[in-house]
Amino acid sequence: MATSRDDFVIAIRSAFLKKGNQQRFSLLVLIFFSIILIALSRFNLPAINYLKISLNEIIYRASFVVSIPEQQIQNASIELNKHFKLYEDLEVTKKKLKQLEFEKYNSNYLTGENKRLRKLIDEYIIQSDELVAKVLLDKNSPFLKSIIVNKGSKDNVKLGMAVLDDQYLIGKIVEVNYSTSRALLVSDLNSKIPVSVEPGNLLSILSGTGKRYGKIQYTEQDFDFQNSNIVYTSGSGGIFKSGIPIGKIIIESNNNIKVKFFSNLSQITFVKLISFEKEEIK
Amino acid sequence: MSIQVKTSVFKKLLTFVPLILLFTSVMNEFDFNYLNFKYFSFNFPFILIYYWSLKRSESLGYGYIFIAGLFNDVTIGFPIGVSGLTYLLICGFAAYLRNITLRPNLINDWLFFLFTILFVTSINYFLLISIFSIEMNYYELMGNIFFTFIFYYIFGYLFDVYKRLVFKGNKNAG
Repeated sequence: MATSRDDFVIAIRSAFLKKGNQQRFSLLVLIFFSIILIALSRFNLPAINYLKISLNEIIYRASFVVSIPEQQIQNASIELNKHFKLYEDLEVTKKKLKQLEFEKYNSNYLTGENKRLRKLIDEYIIQSDELVAKVLLDKNSPFLKSIIVNKGSKDNVKLGMAVLDDQYLIGKIVEVNYSTSRALLVSDLNSKIPVSVEPGNLLSILSGTGKRYGKIQYTEQDFDFQNSNIVYTSGSGGIFKSGIPIGKIIIESNNNIKVKFFSNLSQITFVKLISFEKEEIK
Repeated sequence: MSIQVKTSVFKKLLTFVPLILLFTSVMNEFDFNYLNFKYFSFNFPFILIYYWSLKRSESLGYGYIFIAGLFNDVTIGFPIGVSGLTYLLICGFAAYLRNITLRPNLINDWLFFLFTILFVTSINYFLLISIFSIEMNYYELMGNIFFTFIFYYIFGYLFDVYKRLVFKGNKNAG
């Protein structure tokens, strides 16, 4: 019994303390070093932040280059898929176009009316600065859903800026480096965005699920969700302006309510980074 | 003469393949997420680090593994040090298995790998959830562990073939 315990201790000691032929550090030293780094990261020390920013600058660029072959395979697979669905897509697009033409006239009228009414009640409108950025890395990993873009503090990117794919909200900036930034996607588990569900003006929080859809949380009132209700940003909290479309409600057969995002978050190549400021109507 | 030099440079380069694969995989994540299979993903660096630490530890030095961990943290947005710790713990488990094994066997290595990844992923999960308050999907994590475990057998076999071809003249070839 004692011998087997001794063997165990010897094996463990040898595994963690012994250095290999060309190794400068033992495993235990590096493990301690990792633990110290984790502790320093926890307390957000400036030294760790500098280390992180420097690493970010180097690694994001290197990752972009390393990811090129996989990106090419991914793009080829997407293109092939699109090719097979071409006819089906054309028919759907024709129907949508007819519907949109009708809605455009309606929308022009409503926009004009809305401006007039806002002037009457002395409301504020919101002006935005817009930047177009290229997606360097698309880390749609099972752990975090985020993208790295090629604009950073030197381009006036700020924390909390909205990230849009075309006109649709897809995330917000959570980390800014000198020439790159990381955006947390709306599909990430840690993403919580104040939204309103229309029609009906239900104010709620859209939470990511880590999958390709989101879910509506913290609804206090009984709300009669309908298929194809649209989810917009509500503007609460002052992070985003109100009315940016995000997705639409899908009610599944088991009454499970999901939000299907308008953008395909795995196929984003360029995004718009927008900050919002309130400005009084002159 | 020139051909001999070229051959020896090529052979030398082949010995660095595990290290090149490690750095490529931490910066790229070969997870095939774009295939959009539900819960499908696997952790290639876990397989690579465990296999080479077990069979030929000098191919991936601990220092390089630690740096690869830092790179991985930056790439996927984890707090600095988390992946480094995870990778080094895998090395520790592999080194322990190497010390207690007289006759290496792929099945034994494979089963011990399951225990190893369950342990290190639990540590990883604990650190991210409790200390850094990062939410993670438990089912996706379990899927990741499962497929990493399954793929170890395939990659283990491929690495065995590679090791026999490249390091056959080397007495440390395991």
